[in-house]
Amino acid sequence: MRKTVIPFGPQHPVLPEPIHLKLTIEDERITEAVPALGYVHRGLERLADVRDYHQMIQVVERVCGICSMIHAACYCQGVEEIMGVEVPPRAKYLRVMWSELHRIQSHLLWMGLFADSFGFESVFMQFWRIRERIMDISEATTGNRVIVSVNVIGGVRRNPDAEQLRWVLNQLDWVEEEFRRLEATMLEDYTVKKRTVGKGVLSKAQAYELGAVGPMLRGSGVAQDARQTGYAAYGELYFEPVVETDGDCYARSKVRFREVLASVDLIRRAINRLPDGEVRTKLKGKENPVGETVNRVEQPRGELLYYLKGKGEKTLDRVRIRTPTFANLPPLLVILPGMYLSDVPVVTLSIDPCISCTER
Amino acid sequence: MREAIIPVQADALVGEAAKLKVQGYRLVTLSCTELDETSIDILYHFDKDLALKHLRLTARKGEPVPSISPVYFAALLVENEIQDFFGLTFEGLAVDFKGMLYLEEEAIKMPYCRFSLRAAATPADGENTPEVSIAPAGAPSGDVAPQDAGRESTTP
Repeated sequence: MRKTVIPFGPQHPVLPEPIHLKLTIEDERITEAVPALGYVHRGLERLADVRDYHQMIQVVERVCGICSMIHAACYCQGVEEIMGVEVPPRAKYLRVMWSELHRIQSHLLWMGLFADSFGFESVFMQFWRIRERIMDISEATTGNRVIVSVNVIGGVRRNPDAEQLRWVLNQLDWVEEEFRRLEATMLEDYTVKKRTVGKGVLSKAQAYELGAVGPMLRGSGVAQDARQTGYAAYGELYFEPVVETDGDCYARSKVRFREVLASVDLIRRAINRLPDGEVRTKLKGKENPVGETVNRVEQPRGELLYYLKGKGEKTLDRVRIRTPTFANLPPLLVILPGMYLSDVPVVTLSIDPCISCTER
Repeated sequence: MREAIIPVQADALVGEAAKLKVQGYRLVTLSCTELDETSIDILYHFDKDLALKHLRLTARKGEPVPSISPVYFAALLVENEIQDFFGLTFEGLAVDFKGMLYLEEEAIKMPYCRFSLRAAATPADGENTPEVSIAPAGAPSGDVAPQDAGRESTTP
């Protein structure tokens, strides 16, 4: 059989952002996949040369809108560690709350897009309808829907009062009820299973060895989640990672579905245990950052890493960002060969690719 | 840094990476920083049971660095990224984009190397018009290297 090279992307109905895969196929089966990146690379890390370490918060929030809060939290935690700044307990709990709201809205966005990728448009609409309520909560508690901009070095800049937090809990009850109604469709429907079960299988050993992260890793049976390190207030909230073992598209969907419910629980626990007090430590008298650190947090798509290095100047010497999609691309290149061309869109979307993150 | 950093030489790098793999470590990523006109710092981050371990290699510009992608396939993208942004060459890369993973032919080479860019922007014949600037509006321009512009005036 002659080889044919098919370009997948950079513009494709299932890809909201541009990435190109050069797929070599023989008789409808993929034999090789080579990625091409750089369509929208912004070089944001280099802005650390001209933006000081406070201004860089606004830059890292724009690495990815969907998880802007978590980028900023990771960056701030790194700078706080270098500078020896202790964050007030209330701020740590609020960081958990907003991080989990971001995780929920990101997973709901993905579930809608995923359903749409195999033609289930009504499910797409339902997930996005629920997502709107999460966006309302973000807007009410931070002032913004997407780029919430609540993190500062030393804590957070917003402090919701008791009445607002009660309202958040009420909204979450509605979100959980509506979300659970979709469980049977998302996890038991014949069409969904036909398109996802057994597709794009990544074994446990492969996932670990190839550096997969997030639902891609946990969907293959590896119980690893950066929240287990106990950063922010996660260490006080009895967090357990969601794990599935089959390693296919269905398992990755199931991890994300269960993670939404786990995030709702985490927010409830964070609000119920929220300590009183300040939400921000003043930096007056603190020297500019000197030293280096590696900080990791769990984004909706997986482990996010920031390497920061300061030399005592207002600008950091280096801000290096390793985003989860960047880590999940090598495993994708390994699982694509052998599958049918028609499965490529669903399998590619199953890693929840964020090109905005990758092309930071 | 909370975790220990183990210095490693280029000729021992692949062997050390292979040892870590046998011990059950997974590769998290590489972080690269330009130190000065001649050297570049590469940190290799590994993880086992959520505990990090780092190898540090100080590479000289212009000298090839052995690729660990034959040991850890996951290294192929980040090593290609470093080739693009820092101009290093990795020998034995599983898939070598030859500095074209992100960059196009007409793009500035080594865009993350501030020392090299500064040297390139300093004209030997007396002309001084750097072609690229990422300085903020109002920052000094002209004979100030673009990477230095704004360093003294970025207070929020």
